[in-house]
Amino acid sequence: MDTQGIHSASKTGKLTSGLILALWGFVTVLPFVWMFLTSFKTNIEISQMTQSFWPQHWTLDNYRNLFIDGNFGVYLKNTLIITAFTFIGMFLNAMAGYGFAKFHFKGRGVLFIAVLSTMMIPGQVTMIPVYLILYKMHLTNTLLGIILPSLVGAFAIFLFRQFMSNISDSIIEAARLDGAGEWYIFWHLIIPMSGPVLAVQGILTFIGGWNSFLWPLIIANDQKYYTLSVGLQLLQGQHTTDYGLQMAGSSFMVIPIIIIFLVFQKYILQGFSVQAEK
Amino acid sequence: MGKSFREKLIPYTFVLPALILLALFSLIPIVIALVISFTGMDITGLGDLSQVKFIGFQNYTQLFKDPTFLQSIFNTGFYVIIGVPLVVILSLTVAILINSGQNRFFKFMRLIFYTPSITNTVAVAVVWTYMYNPSMGMINNFLGKLGISEIGWLTDPNVAKYALIILAVWKAIGLNMLIFLAALQGIPRSLYEAAELDGANWWQQTWYITLPSVRFSIFFVTVTTLIGWFQFFDEPFVMTKGGPLNSTNSVALFVYQNGFQNSNFGYAAAGSFIMFAAIIIATLIQFRLQKKQQGR
Repeated sequence: MDTQGIHSASKTGKLTSGLILALWGFVTVLPFVWMFLTSFKTNIEISQMTQSFWPQHWTLDNYRNLFIDGNFGVYLKNTLIITAFTFIGMFLNAMAGYGFAKFHFKGRGVLFIAVLSTMMIPGQVTMIPVYLILYKMHLTNTLLGIILPSLVGAFAIFLFRQFMSNISDSIIEAARLDGAGEWYIFWHLIIPMSGPVLAVQGILTFIGGWNSFLWPLIIANDQKYYTLSVGLQLLQGQHTTDYGLQMAGSSFMVIPIIIIFLVFQKYILQGFSVQAEK
Repeated sequence: MGKSFREKLIPYTFVLPALILLALFSLIPIVIALVISFTGMDITGLGDLSQVKFIGFQNYTQLFKDPTFLQSIFNTGFYVIIGVPLVVILSLTVAILINSGQNRFFKFMRLIFYTPSITNTVAVAVVWTYMYNPSMGMINNFLGKLGISEIGWLTDPNVAKYALIILAVWKAIGLNMLIFLAALQGIPRSLYEAAELDGANWWQQTWYITLPSVRFSIFFVTVTTLIGWFQFFDEPFVMTKGGPLNSTNSVALFVYQNGFQNSNFGYAAAGSFIMFAAIIIATLIQFRLQKKQQGR
């Protein structure tokens, strides 16, 4: 890093950039701060013409109402189930990435290009036919139907392949000579060596599952299969002016993700520079 | 070394589960979408496929007579033309600013700007809808203190598009800032030192060294952002439902409304293919421009 990187400006230049960033950064986080503080205000306080920044009477009523009126317990359960299943998808991606990285087989090139080409297909084009396919499989309005379409992803397969190509062949060959089976090698050798890429993918998988919106929206007709985002969108439609409740719902979705991000930010941001170099 | 048949099959057992899912939910659907875009498939056709009739290009010709669709094309074009340059310029600006220092403050700012990117679009759209509220929202309250009269952020057809763009740009800066930051950190420091010896000031260094060095990242961010804006959906869906007076309706939202609210699957599929074609053409133009620039 000594020979690269910072385009260091003069001291005053640095100070100016710092000031601009501080101001701009404040505006950037302001919606989150406002959301969080409003979620603890009573609706009487929210509808006052001049609202104070801090809640005058802190209340947890909005959060309580989320679970009593707003059905958020069910949404949370569904979201957690869906997120858990997307981790199976992550291992399918890892398997495919390993297959493309370390095996020579007929059709490898064509199949890998087919995988990459799916990245260019917009969701809106596949949304209708996927709905029709799931309808014919009798999977609409089921959790499985919500999970399946986004279980695997080309970008994740690509990243796993990139990482696993760098694992040395001699280790795998040595294990084979010792009589280890291919699946044993994958689970007991390759997966433990793939810590960094699994960390990034694991976090992204969790965030993706937690935030999933389009497929649950299309596939779930019944409220009992709604995820948090679909439920929040419904809540906004039903309680149009109950901003305290809406902000509690939004905080409930946003704050856990921000905490996870802050805890694991090192892995996410590192994963990023690795991706950028490739 | 001869491999047994079973050994030859092993690689496929690794890649097949993912490949089957991708084929079933990405590749085959493209073909199905193309086929049904030439049919009048609707809710009766969904129950009984024999009821589905081929109607040739009728969906496509009808689309270009549909004022709602034409309006959604215009709106999507507007989002792309205003949104793409804003995202590219602002995220590059933030990246350059963050790259000007290495201490804790600048590292912290990286986190601050990235945060909107990972949060749920529905949740932030709900928050921004509240902030945009004409009488109770924080934005109008603040503007009121400056003496600016109430703006109908989501209710005025002339303003609503900008309101959605502001939110989407706020959300897009983080991810693209990281891409630019990674590129900026790869620029050899010696280039700047040489320029400094030649007496180039900060602006000249930025213009002649920084920008040309991150050209590929600019291209990459432009293409991915462009594709993203073409598929603009969540924000108008949650905040305006495409209104007021269709002023924020996007092609993606049009496809959803026709497919899942009116059950006109054939018509919606045709609309989605026009969007797909537009994305491919816009991306190809970008690649052309990129090649031309490299040639120079």
